[in-house]
Amino acid sequence: MSELFRRDPRAQWIARNRLHPLHQALVIGPVFGPSGLLRKNLHLIGFIGPNGLKRIDRSGASNNSEQGSRRSATASEVILPLHQVVEPAFYIVVVLDLVSGRLNSHDKDTLGLAQQLANRNSGGGAVVAIAFGELKDDSLDKAGVDRLIHINDEQYADYNPEQRCNDLQGIIAELEPQHILLPDSINGGGDLGRRLAAALQQRPACGVWKLNDDTVICRGSAGKRDITRPLSKLLLVMEECSEPISETRHENSLMSQAPSPLTNGKLLDQGNISVDPNAIPLAEAGFILSGGNGINDWEQFHHTASVLGATEGASRVAVDDGNMPRERQVGATGTWVTAQVYIAVGISGAIQHMQGIGQCDKVVAINTDEGCDMVKRADISAIGDSTEILARLVELVEQRKQIKQTINGGATNE
Amino acid sequence: MSNNNLSVISLVSLGEHPTSRRPRRAEQDARAIELGIKLVGDNLQTLHAGELSDDASQQTALRSYLGMGLAEIKLLEMPADADAVLVIADYLKQQKTDIILTGVRAENGESSGMLPYLLAEQLGMAMVTSIADILSIDEVNKQAEVLQALPRGQRRKLKVDLPFIASVDMAAALPRQSAFGPAMRGQFETTLGGTFTDEESSDWQIVDAKKRPKRLKIIKAKTAADRFKAATAKASGGGGKVVYGVEESAQAILDLLIEEGLI
Repeated sequence: MSELFRRDPRAQWIARNRLHPLHQALVIGPVFGPSGLLRKNLHLIGFIGPNGLKRIDRSGASNNSEQGSRRSATASEVILPLHQVVEPAFYIVVVLDLVSGRLNSHDKDTLGLAQQLANRNSGGGAVVAIAFGELKDDSLDKAGVDRLIHINDEQYADYNPEQRCNDLQGIIAELEPQHILLPDSINGGGDLGRRLAAALQQRPACGVWKLNDDTVICRGSAGKRDITRPLSKLLLVMEECSEPISETRHENSLMSQAPSPLTNGKLLDQGNISVDPNAIPLAEAGFILSGGNGINDWEQFHHTASVLGATEGASRVAVDDGNMPRERQVGATGTWVTAQVYIAVGISGAIQHMQGIGQCDKVVAINTDEGCDMVKRADISAIGDSTEILARLVELVEQRKQIKQTINGGATNE
Repeated sequence: MSNNNLSVISLVSLGEHPTSRRPRRAEQDARAIELGIKLVGDNLQTLHAGELSDDASQQTALRSYLGMGLAEIKLLEMPADADAVLVIADYLKQQKTDIILTGVRAENGESSGMLPYLLAEQLGMAMVTSIADILSIDEVNKQAEVLQALPRGQRRKLKVDLPFIASVDMAAALPRQSAFGPAMRGQFETTLGGTFTDEESSDWQIVDAKKRPKRLKIIKAKTAADRFKAATAKASGGGGKVVYGVEESAQAILDLLIEEGLI
C-alpha cells in the first residue's frame, strides 16, 4: 500500500455538513462546536460487545474505524536509530566467540559492555568486533558492532588459538585500542584471552561482571569472592556483565585487515571424537531421550537411545520402579537438564519434572494422553502408542543412515 | 604406559571448600596429580610455591596431596601473597621438563587462570587448556595426543609438541582418595623461592561474593497498553504442534532432529 495520505474531499464535505444523512457514520473524531469548544460524541465511542454491552477498547488493537484506515499507512517495522561513529576517537576491540557462526548471549553482553566503554565520558569510540571463521549471523549491526574485522580462512574452522593470538596481536598493534574485551567462556574466549594477555604482557581482569566508573568488579577465588580493581586494558567478561544493545543500530562496516602470515603452531587439531552419549553427564547433555511410566518395552527404549545417539534420562516413577538408575532421574529431585532437544516418552509431566526441564530448548512429548501437562509444554506432541512410534522412528533413522552411507560409499568409489 | 624417561611435573595449590571455606586439596590439581601418576607413576614430581605454615589445617591441605601416594612435594618458599609465577618460572627454567600439569584455575586468590599461560610464555612451551586425558606420548617425534574437554561433554583430540603445559579440567578422571598414613609420612623438600611481591593487587578491595542480581526482563513498550499487556499476559503455549498417527509422529520427530542437526 502506498505511504501517501489521500484526501477524500467528499467524505470531508460530509463530515462538515451535520445535516447530511451519512454524517453520523463518518464523524467520530473531535468536533469543535460553534463556541469553539471541543465536542465529543460519546455515543460513537466503542462498540457493542457480544453480550450486548458497550465495550471501549483503548489499546488501539482493534481500532478498525475510519481513524484506523486513515492512518493505516504507518510503517509496520520499527527502524532503530542508527548510531554512527564517523571518525573514532579510539577503538574498543571485542573478540567474538561465535559458536557455530552465530552470536550467543554472552557475545551480545560483551558487545553491550564494549559500547558502554566506547560511549562513557565524552564518548566517540568505535567498537571493533573481530570474528574468526565462518559468520552466519546477520544481526551484528543490531548487537552493537561499529566496525567488523572478519578473518576467514580454511584453517579457522579448526581450533588454532596460536594463530588467532598472532592475528590479534597484529590487529592490536595497528588499532591501539583502549580496551580489549573477550567473553570469559569455555567456548574459546577464555583460552584466547589468556593467551593474548600472556603474549601482550598485560594483566587481564578475569571474570568481570560489573563496570563502575573506573573500576570493575570481578569474581575471584573460583566464584567465592568479589574483587574491585581498577579498569584494565584487557577484560575477560562474564555473562550478563551488561545489558545487550537493543535500542540502536550500528554501522557494522567491514574493516580491511592485512592477513597475518600463517605460522606453524605447536597445537594441531585432530577433530572432535565421538563420545558415548551415556558417558556425558546428564546436566550438560545436548540431546536426551527420557522415559517414564508409559514405557512397557525398556529394551526398545535403550535401543532407540543408542540409534539416535541420545543420552538416556528418566522420570522419577521409572527410577522408583527400578527401570533406570537413580543418577538418570530428571527433575527437581534429580538433575536439572539443559538439553537442546528433550524427548519425553510416556512422561505425563509432574511439576517437579517440568521444573527440571525448564531450560530445555525443544521438547518432544510422546504420550497416549492428549491432555497431560507434558503435551502442553511440548513443541511437538505425538499422541499414540510409544512402542509403535519409537519403532517407526528407529526405522526411519536407520533408513536415513543407510542412504547416507550409500551416498558416501559411492562418492569414495568414484 | 611406560614413560620412564619422561619428566612430568605437577603444580599444586591450596584449595578451599566453596561452602565451609576449609582448606583442602584443590580439585583440579588433584586430578592433575592423578593424571600424572597414570603417566609416569612414582616418577611424578610435585611442586608447590608458598609457605609451609605451622597451622596444622593448612598443612593437611598440602599433605592430602602426599596422601595420594607421592613421596615428596618440592616446596618453593615464598610469602603467601607473593607472585608465584616468577618463582615457579625461575625454578622450571633450570629443569628439563616434558610435561607440566596444573589445574585450570586456583580456588583461592585472584584465580584468573593465568599461571599456566604465563609459564608457557616464559618457558616457550606449548599450552593446552582444560584437558581431560593424555592419550599417548610419542617420544621419538616429540609429540603427544591429548583429549580436550569441551562444553556439553564433547571431546577434542589435539596433537601437541613436547614439552608442553596442560591445565587439567574437572572432566578428567576422578582423583584417588588421600590416605592418612602416606600423607603424614610424605616429605617436603624446601628451597627458598624468592619474593616477588604483587604490588598491583595490594589496593584491590576483596569482599565475599554477593549473589549477582537477576537480570530483569525489560519491556520496551511505547504505550501504556503494551506495557500492561506485557505485564499481565500469560506466556502463551508457543503453539506446540500435536501430531496423531504413528507414521506422521515419527516423521515429525525425525524432521525436528534433522532441523536441530542431531542426526
